[in-house]
Amino acid sequence: MENTGRPPHILTARDAGLVGCTHCGKVHPPSAAVCGRCGAALHARDIANLQKVWAWLIAGMVVYIPANLYPMLSTASLGHTTENTILGGVIELMHHGSYGVAAIVFVASIIIPVAKFIAIAFLGLTTTRRVRMSAHHRHVLFEVVEFIGRWSMIDVFVVAILSSLVRLDFAATITPGIAAISFALSVAFTMMAALSFDERLIWDALEDE
Amino acid sequence: MSAPAPSHRDIDPDRMIACPACDALLVDRDVAMGDTASCPRCGTVIEAPRPLAMTRIIMLALAALILMIAAVFFPFLELGAAGMVRRSSLLDTVMAFATGLTAPLTIAMAALIVILPVTRFLTLLYVLGPMAFGWRPARHAAGAFRLAEALRPWAMAEVFIVGVAVALVKVAGLAHVSLGPAFWAFVALVIVTVLKDNFMSRVTVWKTLDARRTS
Repeated sequence: MENTGRPPHILTARDAGLVGCTHCGKVHPPSAAVCGRCGAALHARDIANLQKVWAWLIAGMVVYIPANLYPMLSTASLGHTTENTILGGVIELMHHGSYGVAAIVFVASIIIPVAKFIAIAFLGLTTTRRVRMSAHHRHVLFEVVEFIGRWSMIDVFVVAILSSLVRLDFAATITPGIAAISFALSVAFTMMAALSFDERLIWDALEDE
Repeated sequence: MSAPAPSHRDIDPDRMIACPACDALLVDRDVAMGDTASCPRCGTVIEAPRPLAMTRIIMLALAALILMIAAVFFPFLELGAAGMVRRSSLLDTVMAFATGLTAPLTIAMAALIVILPVTRFLTLLYVLGPMAFGWRPARHAAGAFRLAEALRPWAMAEVFIVGVAVALVKVAGLAHVSLGPAFWAFVALVIVTVLKDNFMSRVTVWKTLDARRTS
């Protein structure tokens, strides 16, 4: 599979005037609307599909802002309350000396979401423009985005576990903050953006050359 | 399957398969047990039939279902500080957001950790059970399998386990934490789920369903 030169020309279902099911692979004549094997909706490439990706992505970016500004959780301990944002939680973990866990939270709640915004926007933009990055690498990038998206949910789960566990009346109580909800929404929206992206668009540019 | 289509004219749609990822049109050959057919252009694995895969998947789904029942009803984590002990079950974790503005998250949490994984196990049992015994597919099997595949990214049991690990480190300084039986049940559940998903080849399941329906 390691091609050094130009990849061999491959006929796609679209070139052959057919529609392939993106779910089970069955090939249909262009008039078919629903896959005869698995019942999934068949769709040709269209620009509306990409607009859906942009809509979900922008929604995800918008709710990511309050997720960082508002407290993720508040800790009431012996009379005084401290509120922690995502970044604040990471810094506190580092003060405690648990660098490994601080790294996990930092990667899951800041690096992965931001990298995902950039990656999805890049993939969306490069379906119509020529880029240096090969279709193969963009395909891998998409698979990584698709795989890694759900792992951002870690911090929301941590908040849920902490607030159900740490309820020791006066000694210490942890309650979830409003950022938890906007962060969860941000993860869900970017997952929707990745799911509605049509992978075939990555490869189409290759044939149009 | 790895051979590109011959030419424009003599294409019979029923003998072809389109790569679900990049739309390359390929000849739909039968893939032998244990072999892996992948797309020559983008490298996506299209079919990977394994001996007894269906039976293994339903066994693992059944095991996962039993483990999930154990995980929900047994104590999950136990926290002790200043002479007080607080037991927390999976249900308590789900209910953590139930008060105040974060209430909608309660439903999302319940869905992500318990409801969606359970729905997936049940639909897979329903779809693949008859397949493993060589029977005709159950009614609405196609719809059920589509649902199971659509839920796949949203069932986040393994993400939750990593969340538990992070939470444990966070409270370690504050109090003494011990793991309950439900925690281990849940860890086993995650391992079983990952094994199960590795056995599953979507295109193979669809082809089997299709063949059984018409025979």
